[in-house]
Amino acid sequence: MAEKKTRKEPAAKKDTKKPVSKATPAPAATSPDKELGKGARIGVYICHCGTNIAGSVDILAVQEYAKTLPNVAHVDNYQYMCSTPGQKKIEEGIKEHKLTGIVVAACSPRLHEPTFRTATKTGGLNPFRFEMANIREQGSWVHMHDREGATAKAKDAIRIAVAKAALLQDLVPKSVPVTKAALVVGAGVAGMQAALDLANAGIKTYLVEKSPTIGGRMSQLDKTFPTLDCSQCILTPKMVDVGRNPNIELMTYSEIEEVEGYIGNFDVTIRKKARGVLTPAEAEARGIVGGGCNGCGDCDTVCPVIKPNPFEMGMKPRKAIYIYHPQVVPLIYTVDFDSCVKCGLCVEACGEKKAIDLEMKDEFVKVKVGTAILALGYDIFPIEKKDEWGYQKFENVVTSLEFERLICASGPTGGHLVRPSDGKTPKKVAFLLCAGSRDNTGVGKPYCSRFCCMYSLKHAHQIIEKIPGCQPYIFYMDIRSFGKMYEEFYYRIQDEGAKFIRGRVSNILEDPETKNLYVMADDTLLDRPMKLEVDMVVLAAAVQPSADTDRTRKLFGVSCSLDGWLLEAHPKLNPCGTTTAGVFLAGVCQGPKDIPDTVASAEGAASAASIPIHMGEVELEPYFAQCIEEKCAGCGMCVNLCPYQALSLVEKEGRKVMQVTEAKCKGCGTCGGFCPGGAIWMQHFATPQIVAQIDAFLLGGEQ
Amino acid sequence: MADQEWKPKILGIICNWCSYAGADLAGSARTQYPPDIRIIRVMCTGRIDPLFILKAFVDGADGVLVSGCHFGDCHYLEGNYKAAKRMFILKSLLRNIGLEDKRLRMTFVSASEGAKWAVVVKDVVDTVTSLGPSPLKEIGR
Repeated sequence: MAEKKTRKEPAAKKDTKKPVSKATPAPAATSPDKELGKGARIGVYICHCGTNIAGSVDILAVQEYAKTLPNVAHVDNYQYMCSTPGQKKIEEGIKEHKLTGIVVAACSPRLHEPTFRTATKTGGLNPFRFEMANIREQGSWVHMHDREGATAKAKDAIRIAVAKAALLQDLVPKSVPVTKAALVVGAGVAGMQAALDLANAGIKTYLVEKSPTIGGRMSQLDKTFPTLDCSQCILTPKMVDVGRNPNIELMTYSEIEEVEGYIGNFDVTIRKKARGVLTPAEAEARGIVGGGCNGCGDCDTVCPVIKPNPFEMGMKPRKAIYIYHPQVVPLIYTVDFDSCVKCGLCVEACGEKKAIDLEMKDEFVKVKVGTAILALGYDIFPIEKKDEWGYQKFENVVTSLEFERLICASGPTGGHLVRPSDGKTPKKVAFLLCAGSRDNTGVGKPYCSRFCCMYSLKHAHQIIEKIPGCQPYIFYMDIRSFGKMYEEFYYRIQDEGAKFIRGRVSNILEDPETKNLYVMADDTLLDRPMKLEVDMVVLAAAVQPSADTDRTRKLFGVSCSLDGWLLEAHPKLNPCGTTTAGVFLAGVCQGPKDIPDTVASAEGAASAASIPIHMGEVELEPYFAQCIEEKCAGCGMCVNLCPYQALSLVEKEGRKVMQVTEAKCKGCGTCGGFCPGGAIWMQHFATPQIVAQIDAFLLGGEQ
Repeated sequence: MADQEWKPKILGIICNWCSYAGADLAGSARTQYPPDIRIIRVMCTGRIDPLFILKAFVDGADGVLVSGCHFGDCHYLEGNYKAAKRMFILKSLLRNIGLEDKRLRMTFVSASEGAKWAVVVKDVVDTVTSLGPSPLKEIGR
């Protein structure tokens, strides 16, 4: 369904949209280098950036030097070039000095290139007649105490930029239409919120989730801090909304298989894993009227295979045909083909509904979307790696997520907290904070997982509330209660009688008879070692990117930080964007966040992802390749090199030449870096331009 | 080593998405490193024609640093693999003409590795400084 509708539309649009449209091949360049750089008049503007640059670079010396450079017609400096008066200088300079190119020596082009391109355009020049010399991030800031070195480097950087600016050409950005649909990967609370926002803004949204149900980690939690709302109670209305929203096409038990295209036009292949069970719609498509899974659970009753339920952290059994919990959306059973013995009892039990197909195979669905949001979530750090705390060695050491299930009314024990070893109610429970977080030993994670302090306070509250006389002990390094009403919650838990011990736990030992645990720590406030006997230990384990994050991010070309969290375009000014245009981040996959921050980031991502869709068109940087036909020998090496299949060989005037499909070309230049005949012109990064930069650096300076 | 005054001329050709961003990050973190390198930005290391590097050596560069994304992290899927292949060939060419192949270095610095960028530059500057001025400088003139 999705395929049919989305495929045809943009194809029809393509040809009518623009004369230089996506599908038409680029016009062949005929030696663009002949006229290049004739009569170039370059304006150089040097920014002080307050003392950021001027503090380590001798601006006036650089200015005097720039005046001596070839092709330079005008040099000026200003306190803040990015300010309105600074930009005005460029605009006026272009008119007054008849400039053909602009160089601004300031911060990184990754920061202010768009600003100065706009100023260049306002001044009457083509915006691509602009080149930036980075004398701050790669100059003054990294040579703060070497004024001489930083000044010499700034001079060279300007010389290199001027050489390129003299050879720049007019370029026109390519406008492409944006498909009116969005993709959200991951249906935890972040993905659900993002999908709902997009859908409510009138955008068709594909929500892809790898598990059989939506809801994510939040649905596993019992209560949420600091309000003590029941997690499921506030989450299930959203899950129901997602399931009902006509603009959301929900694909559970599915994964992203392949991504092609670019902003506005992503072609995404989704693998719908074989679920073994038909939805009513799927059943109808097969001609089974009134059939399909209605979630009655008759199959579950007869299935002879028992496996641990991952939703209950393995503490409750499930069958080979299962649902995670009663509130799942969609309410469709799933067959675990890894454990199914294909006895067929479920098929019999299902009867007339004919919902079960044990021969089902994975299906591949193709969708076309304009933008995509990654909300890939997190996993718990495998805390058994911290050997000293005995997780998986001692039965009564559990993780915080296991504790959530044990204290949850819908969990394996019906909300009665018991010790895994003997089913007895614990009287003394120790909570270990920073279990694997803020760990510089190389075993755990160096970062703060951000929400463990708060949920451990909540856990302490819960046992005080549920088990009279039960004493929680919280072993902490610092309590980080930074959010709204969080500090107040911390005070409340102190007042309720939780005991706080500031110190990291060095070791946990088990009494083999009683299965009680001895927690060894250093109480750093009283400055003495301590040994505490408790019934149960809860490890507030660190979080890490979910298992599939690395594979999925690579499909979308999104980078990650050293810890594996996905990298935003700018941590402060573009926290939802990525370096891949049209791909956005929501929730914890970008870095640990509590639920309020996760939902806020999801709404931010949804807003950002809806902008190109509402604009209807986006401009792509015109950095694509062109073929200089008179130099092209038609060898075809470039055709094989192109990672995007943008190049092809065509017959022209009796010989073969290369042709570029601009729509597919992303401007990497891999073809241009190889072409033995120098027949590929990479716009804005053309060979003569780069060679001029090299020459300017090595030959053009003071020898 | 040559006289105290001599400073190497090192060209860095680095990719926009990873190493250039990493170098910017070193800047915002104020991680200090030697100033003896000049940067040319390209969109991808795959753009780097081996002739650019040879041209730099002919022009008198004492060292060239090529830096891109980690394998598997290329913004353009596989440009860095292709660049790396070319660098291997180029290094053997340099050895064949009698130029120390240590003067050419390819590294992989991601957008989050500002500190690594500083280490890389320092290491390249130290290596090239210890090799001394490029012999091509004299022959080329």
